[in-house]
Amino acid sequence: MKLVDIIMQYKDQPGGLIEALHAIQKEYSYLPEDAILETARVFNKPASEVYGVARFYSMFSTTPRGKNVIRICESAPCHIAGAVEVIAALERELGIKIGESTQDGVFALEFTECVGQCQATPVITVNGKPYFDVNPTTITDILAEYK
Amino acid sequence: MADEMRILLRNYGKIDPLKIDDYLAQGGYKALEKAKAMSPADLIEEVKKANLRGRGGAGFNCGLKWSFAYQAQADQKYVVCNADEGEPGTYKDRLIMENDPQAVLEGMAICGYAIGASKGYIYCRGEYPQVVEILNEAIEQANAKGILPGFDVEVRMGAGAYVCGEETALIESLEGNRGEPRFKPPYPPNEGLWGKPTIVNNVETFANIPVIVERGADWFASVGAAAYPGTKIVTLTGDVNNTTFFEVPTDTTLREVIYHFGGGIPAGKKFKAVQVGGTSGAFIPEANLDTPIAFDSMSQIGAVLGSGAVFVLDESRDLVDVATQISKFFEHESCGKCAPCREGTMRLKDMMTKINQGQGTAKDTALIEKLGRVMSYSSLCGLGQAAPSPILSTLKHFSADYDAKMM
Ligand SMILES: Cc1cc2nc3c(=O)[nH]c(=O)nc-3n(C[C@H](O)[C@H](O)[C@H](O)COP(=O)(O)O)c2cc1C
Ligand code: SF4
Ligand code: FES
Repeated sequence: MKLVDIIMQYKDQPGGLIEALHAIQKEYSYLPEDAILETARVFNKPASEVYGVARFYSMFSTTPRGKNVIRICESAPCHIAGAVEVIAALERELGIKIGESTQDGVFALEFTECVGQCQATPVITVNGKPYFDVNPTTITDILAEYK
Repeated sequence: MADEMRILLRNYGKIDPLKIDDYLAQGGYKALEKAKAMSPADLIEEVKKANLRGRGGAGFNCGLKWSFAYQAQADQKYVVCNADEGEPGTYKDRLIMENDPQAVLEGMAICGYAIGASKGYIYCRGEYPQVVEILNEAIEQANAKGILPGFDVEVRMGAGAYVCGEETALIESLEGNRGEPRFKPPYPPNEGLWGKPTIVNNVETFANIPVIVERGADWFASVGAAAYPGTKIVTLTGDVNNTTFFEVPTDTTLREVIYHFGGGIPAGKKFKAVQVGGTSGAFIPEANLDTPIAFDSMSQIGAVLGSGAVFVLDESRDLVDVATQISKFFEHESCGKCAPCREGTMRLKDMMTKINQGQGTAKDTALIEKLGRVMSYSSLCGLGQAAPSPILSTLKHFSADYDAKMM
């Protein structure tokens, strides 16, 4: 679907701006600059306001990033369950630091706070799908699903 | 010893959440019918009498809140379900929505009838895309059966901001804005979504409504602690044998939660601390374990019931490290609208990081105590007000952990 068509779906929805940004990001994995400008035009708002909304929410990215977004929970229950080792293993396996994307554009690695799956800590999500009781040895298999 | 009491989770594992017929077969939507046979004023009186208090953390009497929106005059009113559930260690609202979505819709529809609202929104956190799908399917099925006449419900998705759980920030987000809390008053029951009277209630609060209507206020008021009746879904994390959830009457004690339902501390270790209410709660020592989890009894020991999350730490844990991690959370989640919280959460994190790295002095802890006090009364919303609590409570009850790390 063309960018403008994605945005137009939400134009008449009261408060639909955030839903529109979700839809754009689903397509591009981030919010490109021209998408922000186009959204501002369609919603008849200043670009600064749309940019301000995009930057407020941690799930939105205004910089290009890998297609599959890996988020690791660093809230206290995951922290004491060994999130630190999982982070180190992910960084090692992917050859990038938290906040970066792989060269081939396949993965992005980010922190998140609690994703509400605390029955099986530590938790990571890939494109929103949670993985439970993760440890340095299980991440290889998880990553393989997306390669 | 106490047993589980499943009121909210009454249909858990018994119905297919994606089949409205299953819900109907369990007596679902009978409460809505019964509610509609009452006058809105009588219905609100019944909810008030049940003494159901909000399960989102603030503990406000639900029926009383509804009465404000009922009395407000407006051409449009709104019912909003707060499904933002961002408090670390909490997943009770997800459990309810995943396993019994129609119960939430029924509770919202009863509220809509009571206050005179024809439109409802469920604001579901962006981290729960699978729940959004379940809710949309549930709404579609209810509409197909014509079960919610005159009441239209829509699901909106958050995008990763803890502060959007605060009701006025949530309303801002629903309007498509940055999720920054508003100055209060006016309160949402008078001026909420798009300036119209709005009831914001938590998922668990709404799920209680059909049961109250069906079984009566007197019955509900007799369950659990008198001042905060009913049950509470508790989600247990950290150093316990059963990191799971259960629904218990509100007079259940913390000790029962940890040792009976939680099965105690693993590997023969000793208990050290428990944090109730999620990451913004206080850490509590062993001496307070016989306190019931009810709202007021928790307040009496300087803690909060909050979301009902219970996070247990054993003797091997370093509370300075845990509190430092939590201080990062608040720095990250502060929306930046007011200075005490925007600057304060950053300073707290800096000082805690310094102490955690073994470079702190008594001067730092004194500063933390002062800053924490100022933040607790001068921050605009509950986020900045509660942010110092995990640190201040660990300084108070577990000062040895700090002493061990001082320069
Ligand atoms: C920082 C902050 C976060 C909050 N997060 C939530 C939340 O995730 N879910 C919720 O129901 N209430 C949350 N609340 C409480 C809401 O502001 C509000 O009190 C609640 O939705 C009212 O519903 P209730 O009366 O049914 O509890 C939060 C409050 C603050 C200050
Ligand atoms: S207390 Fe913090 S989160 Fe709340 S309004 Fe102020 S800056 Fe924003
Ligand atoms: S604390 Fe990590 S998922 Fe909840």
